[in-house]
Amino acid sequence: MSTVPRGPADRPMSPHLQIWRWHITMATSILHRASIFALYLGLLLLAGWLVALAAGPDASAAYEGVVGSPLGLLVLFGITVMVFFNLAYNVRQAFWDLGHGFQIKTAEATAWATIAFGIAAAVAFWAGLAMLGAL
Amino acid sequence: MADQRFRTPRSVAAGLGSAHHGVHHFLVERVSALALVPLVIWGGFAAAGLVGAGHAAALEWIAHPVNSVLLGALLICGLIHVKNAMQVVIEDYIHRFVTKAALLLLNLTVCILAGALGVFAILKAALTGGF
Repeated sequence: MSTVPRGPADRPMSPHLQIWRWHITMATSILHRASIFALYLGLLLLAGWLVALAAGPDASAAYEGVVGSPLGLLVLFGITVMVFFNLAYNVRQAFWDLGHGFQIKTAEATAWATIAFGIAAAVAFWAGLAMLGAL
Repeated sequence: MADQRFRTPRSVAAGLGSAHHGVHHFLVERVSALALVPLVIWGGFAAAGLVGAGHAAALEWIAHPVNSVLLGALLICGLIHVKNAMQVVIEDYIHRFVTKAALLLLNLTVCILAGALGVFAILKAALTGGF
């Protein structure tokens, strides 16, 4: 047999979330996990839009009425922030995969950059939509 | 590695770990993430052109092969990405076997159903004009 029964884990265990002093790399890690839910909802909304589009003009108009309502637009804006944040975070992770960006100062700066990019890109995107007169 | 000495040379050579999946999940997550970067940016520009354009304009747009193929790629790649991401969240936080298995199957079902419906809708809209 290559396995043995084990007692309590002999590896170091991380302390619970509540014990940590919050810092930015931890906050972006948690935010990244939270953003998955926004992306999930966003893709379901995309699939829903496609089905409504294929179902005909009436279904399409009804769907756009729901998604285009003030609450729907607020949800879409939140999803946009999370998509751009997640995108920047994945680029950051790609540099980690290559072994770069683990210096504490670098990791903290890139963490702030992912949040800044998420908000700035989403605001720019929606400002662009407003300027095109699409809203 | 305290228990490295309990692993057989064969298991070390195979490098698949205790779950027998190796790094496949990790690689799929990283590669789908990188593929989504250009697809999402394209999708943003496409959405900007489509918002408020109306049903007929959207059908005309989706009937173009470049748009229908890229939209399908965005949807499928995105669903693969979030399916894997949500799977990890479930595995991390849900420890009761029955609940965990049910949620993992639900995650898989929702993503595959959304993908099948979405691709069928793209094909129907692109090939028949939405009627």
